Amino acid sequence: MCGIVGLFLKNDEMRPKLGDMLTDMLITMTDRGPDSAGIAIYGDEDDGRVKITIQSDTPDEAFAGLEAEVAQAAGAPVEVKVLDTHAVLTLPGEAETAVIDALIDKGLRIMGVGASMEIFKEVGLPQDVAARFDLRNMGGSHGIGHTRMATESAVTTMGAHPFSTAPDQCLVHNGSLSNHNQMRRKLARKGVMTQSENDTEVGAAYISSRIAEGATLGEALEGTIKDLDGFFTFVTGTKNGFGVVRDPIACKPAVMAETDDYVAFASEYRALVDLPNIEAAKVWEPEPATVYFWER
Amino acid sequence: MTTTLDMTTTELREVNTTLQAAAKSQANEAYVITNPRGSHAMACGLDGPLTVTIKGSTGYYCAGMNKKAAITVEGSAGPGVAENMMSGIVTIEGDASQYAGATGHGGLLNIKGNASSRCGISMKGIDIVVHGSIGHMSAFMAQKGNLVVLGDAGDALGDSLYEARLFVRGNVKSLGADCVEKEMRPEHFELLKDLLEKAGADARPDEFKRYGSARQLYHFNIDNADAY
Repeated sequence: MCGIVGLFLKNDEMRPKLGDMLTDMLITMTDRGPDSAGIAIYGDEDDGRVKITIQSDTPDEAFAGLEAEVAQAAGAPVEVKVLDTHAVLTLPGEAETAVIDALIDKGLRIMGVGASMEIFKEVGLPQDVAARFDLRNMGGSHGIGHTRMATESAVTTMGAHPFSTAPDQCLVHNGSLSNHNQMRRKLARKGVMTQSENDTEVGAAYISSRIAEGATLGEALEGTIKDLDGFFTFVTGTKNGFGVVRDPIACKPAVMAETDDYVAFASEYRALVDLPNIEAAKVWEPEPATVYFWER
Repeated sequence: MTTTLDMTTTELREVNTTLQAAAKSQANEAYVITNPRGSHAMACGLDGPLTVTIKGSTGYYCAGMNKKAAITVEGSAGPGVAENMMSGIVTIEGDASQYAGATGHGGLLNIKGNASSRCGISMKGIDIVVHGSIGHMSAFMAQKGNLVVLGDAGDALGDSLYEARLFVRGNVKSLGADCVEKEMRPEHFELLKDLLEKAGADARPDEFKRYGSARQLYHFNIDNADAY
């Protein structure tokens, strides 16, 4: 199964409430995915600075003294915000590569990198995962979340969604891809590496590699219909927006709602019922093999 | 007498138990369900005359296995609405998600909006009227009954169809294997007129085309052996 939620705000006044709304949506989708949960949230950008979200299974040890170590690698002060097993480092953009190398040397997992994106995901029930990261109090312009019922790879932190395979890009998926091993090899030949055995990560890497080759988000999503085999409802996030695409068979559910204030996506309508003014929203089921995206 | 059940204070299981008992009592009562909040499996398995009005949208499998009850959803319905319906009337004021009316044996499923993919899949005698359009693979392996669509039909309409009749007013994107257009004979005009009236649909029978089975897939054909 798996549950997906997404929220893209058109009304900036609602930004402080983004985490609160997404958390409720995510918890409602617990029945569809009780194994693990995750969220990618696009918050404020700080000019020229980049955010790196990292994870450790032993955060007390791993994050102790981290600020000084990464500052040394960066050659500049680095802000470290620890949230349970994750930490978000904010640093000057030019120090990104040096800091990532230092983090990998320390055995830390890189969950995502971007000007505005932060990613939090863990094994456990969505409400517990949300509480551990205090998702409810996060603000931002848009975010996507996922509750996982695992099929294609193990129930681990690294197997949880969202998957990020390029700066500020992430993907969540309901379904299963059948040609992911073949596609993983194809991407590897082009130098695009994945970190896990998971099928969705390959989908994310495919989209990122298409965008890196010059495709627009819309073109990259179109490409998934042709190049990826299997069942999928994808929701993808970028710095400026989010997109939705379903495979041509479209057996994985999807419902969308749009008002003047927001565009929302969910696997089921249940996850949308508490959104403001939902009664007046335009609610529809996205068509199969059709790309939808919203950008600011 | 109308009884109102508010789902902000009444659990789904209690709502269904209450409705099922009321249907069984044969008292032909009326129930209104408020705040359904997209719940799954609402008003399922009703076995007797009962009027149920759901004030809002529902989740998966609303009105499944319905017998004799008249159920109206004043909103949209999630996947599998009126699945395996036996008799009665189910009305959806909004849209219906995939496989609406699947495997239905009888009764009328009246969808005022659009229905998505696989509408009427494996239908076995149900009548389905969709005032809007339907998605791909609708009436797949449909065996009996009537599917009436005032709008358009998606890809592969009536694939591997048996004896169900399909009436479409708008465009059909493509016909599935063994589904062909057929002539409208007087009995079809009569049938369609009756169904459109029952569904309160604003359309004339002469605006529709009929599609049905070419009956070429019923039996194994030795000439097709190479295809296997």
